[in-house]
This record gives sequence, C-alpha cells and structure tokens, in this order.
Amino acid sequence: MVNEKRQIVVPGETIVSGNEFLPGDGAYRDGVEIVANRYGIANIIEKHVRVVPISGAYYPRRGNTIIGTIVDITFNGWLIDFGGAQNAFLPVSEVPRYVNKNEMREFLDFGESVIVKVWDVKSRGVDASMKMRGFGKIDGGMIISVSPNKVPRIIGKEGSMVKLIKSATGCDVTVGQNGKIWIYGKNTDDEVNSKKIIEFISKNVTIAGLTEKVETFIKEMGLSASKVEVVVEEVTEDKE
Amino acid sequence: MVENLYTKRYSDRKMTEVRTMKAKVGVVPSADGSAIFETGRTKAIAVVRGPRTLHPQHMQNAETGVLRVNYGMMPFSVEDRIRPGPNRRSEEISKVTEWALSSVIDLSGFPNTVVDVFIQIPQADAGTRVAGINAAAMALAHAGIPMREMVSAIGVGKIDKTLVVDLDKYEDSLFHDGEGSTDIPVVLTSRGKEIALLQLDGKISIPEFKEVVEMSKKACGDILKVQMDALKNISEESK
Repeated sequence: MVNEKRQIVVPGETIVSGNEFLPGDGAYRDGVEIVANRYGIANIIEKHVRVVPISGAYYPRRGNTIIGTIVDITFNGWLIDFGGAQNAFLPVSEVPRYVNKNEMREFLDFGESVIVKVWDVKSRGVDASMKMRGFGKIDGGMIISVSPNKVPRIIGKEGSMVKLIKSATGCDVTVGQNGKIWIYGKNTDDEVNSKKIIEFISKNVTIAGLTEKVETFIKEMGLSASKVEVVVEEVTEDKE
Repeated sequence: MVENLYTKRYSDRKMTEVRTMKAKVGVVPSADGSAIFETGRTKAIAVVRGPRTLHPQHMQNAETGVLRVNYGMMPFSVEDRIRPGPNRRSEEISKVTEWALSSVIDLSGFPNTVVDVFIQIPQADAGTRVAGINAAAMALAHAGIPMREMVSAIGVGKIDKTLVVDLDKYEDSLFHDGEGSTDIPVVLTSRGKEIALLQLDGKISIPEFKEVVEMSKKACGDILKVQMDALKNISEESK
C-alpha cells in the first residue's frame, strides 16, 4: 500500500506515530513517534518518513548541476564557490582532458565560472566532476541568480519551461540547482530577454497555469515561442 | 500585614495572559531565513544567514558548525535614544540567546561553518530578549537549520506580591520599593518542555518559583501556537 501525504511540519512536531515507520532525511525517532528535525514538507512514502525543505539555503545533493566560480587552486584540484555552506572540490582527475599540474591555471583560473556535477556530498564538503556532456568552463554569456527553492519551477516539468525559454530567445539556458543560471546567446539582446523571462517566472511561481502566463509574457515581448528550434540538452531535473 | 498592592492589571489582562501576539516569517527576502515576532508593542526581527564558512579560521570548529547571535536595539526603539553599537546589556543578551538556541539546533552536519543570527528590536516595550528568542527560533526554522525542536520564550515578573506573565514597560517600572521588581525570562523547548534558559533578576521564594515555571509552561504553549501558525501559513513567495 502506498501512503503519500504532504503537509508542512515544524521542528519538534510529530509527523506520524508507530514503530513501523522509518525516519529519513530531516526526521528522527522519539519513542514511537517520528518527529521533524527540520522545517519543510513531510513526505511519507510507504513506511519511509522524510522532510523536504521548502526554504532556506541551498544544500547540495548528489547528481545536482551547480554553477560556481573558482576561488582556490590546490596541488591536485580546484575549489569552487557555489553559494553553499562549503566549497566544492574539483579534482584534476575529474576534468575531461589532461591537465599539467604545474599549469593548472591554464585550464581554470581564479574567478572563472564553471558548470559541474555534484559527485559526492560529505559533511566536510562537496566533490565535483565535469566529465560529462554539458559540463565545463563557462565562456561568455551571463550568469543570473534566483532563489534555489524556485529552481524546480524554472526548470518546469521535465525541463518544459527551460525549453520554452530556449525556443523563444534562441539562447542556451543552463539552470544550476544552486540557483545560478547561465544564459548564452548569439547577442546580448537575446540574453537580456531570457533574463526577463526567468525573472518573470521567479516572481510568479505561485500562479496556477504558469506555462500559459509565460507564453503570453513572451508574446507581449514580441517574441514567438517557436522561433528557433534548439537542440535541447538534457537538464538535470530535480527529482523532488 | 501589608496588603498586596497589585491585584488587577492596568491593561485588564489576566495575570497569566500574554499580550496580543503577531508573527510572520520571510520578512527579509534576501536572507536564508527571517521572522518578525510581536507581543503588544514589543517587536523583534530575526535574520539568519548561513551555514557559511567561518572567518577568521581559528574560530572554526572542525567537529561542528558554530552559532553566532547578535542582538541589538535600534536607536529609536525607546523614547530616549539608545546609543547604537554593542554595549554590556546587548552583549549579554546575545550570549544567553546563543546558549538557549544552541541546545536545540544541530550543526554537526556543517563543520567549519557559522550560522549567524541577527536580532534587532525596532520597538521595545519590555520583554525584548524573549521576543528576540521567539523570532530567532522561527527564523532558524525558516532557514532550514536542523533543529531537534522549537523554543518559545516568556518573561515572568513579580509586581509587589503578584506573579505576572509578559510584563510591559509600565508594569516593569511599578512598585520598586515593594516586594516586587523581579524579572524571570524563561525559555522552554516545544517537545520536552525543558528549560533552555532561565535568568533571575531580583528575589523570589521557592514555592513562588515553582509557580513561575508552571505559568511559563502555559504561556509558552500559547506562544508556540503563534510561531507554528506563522511557519505553517507561509506565503508561497517567502519560501
């Protein structure tokens, strides 16, 4: 039997009672009761209880796409600041080409921006990788910031919203789960248009039927949603 | 035998009644977590930033994250101007707030980091430290910091011979020559009803003190309801 229920819980609040339930992320056991350890939405799937955060800072999870800047170079890798509690570490072995350890600045220098994948999350920090397609150094375009909690709405169902923005402006849009978005287009006007659409989405995340609203907004801007057919690169969808 | 000078509250409140409370989370959108808490004319805003890397590095703890609280009253919060900047009183309140909140939050998942809590009092009418703690607990929850439970805080005072909950500035300054002028801020955790902070300024007998704890438990229950309501009815935009 699948028992799924969604409700906002506050730390210290009993979510369910019963020895058969198992506490997951953001929950703990107190006697027979499963108690919230964090503010968020309680998610009970069969006997597994967890709390999904709805506000606050970005906490990296394995598989996330993040956009950050190089803040330090060590003897065997780079440190990336992505707006989380700790920096992410990108080892030399996780970049897609051979890098001479004496000339690491040639490949990635201080202040340069990168798109990487979260490979592992430890209490001490995050390990990153850029060995897959779609990841790498950012060259040109613009990076904008939104609240990390709004990222799922900007991506849309299976990337539908991002596809819409791409087709309307002809820009390449990569959304990082840490709330950083990279927009790359043929000219600055296209990029600014994409930025405007994203700002519109993040302002109106609550509205029902957001996709239609965004489509009308795009039309008002004088763009058509199917101007250019862009080869859509798969954007990592947040499974939550 | 001298009779009790304070048998009825000037504001028509019951002796165990808290002032009208109001609470809201997400009042500072750029922060990771924020909340405002009001009782009567006392207002407290709390803002949480972090977890983020702690500098200078020698303050870092490799085992767990560090909580840092900064309490301050705004210059215009009382009738006379308050000189801005840290002073003896604000430093003390920052520290006791830090200790009270540390007992419920768990930063072991974020070593070498700091969680900053900033508490500001835009309007003061007594009970600012407890209002600040109430706001800070909500802001920490809003920031998604792992917490074992919530905390609620209340000030219990003694006016002449009567124990009174949630004094305002007028009551606080009554009968200084009587038996009274005792002020006891109490912080209780929401689940275990454990005492996270207890301060005492003045004199009190042991039986009276036991009554203070009972009164604070009831008042903290009311406050917790307001805090929970604010967190549960969060607007979509302040998430």
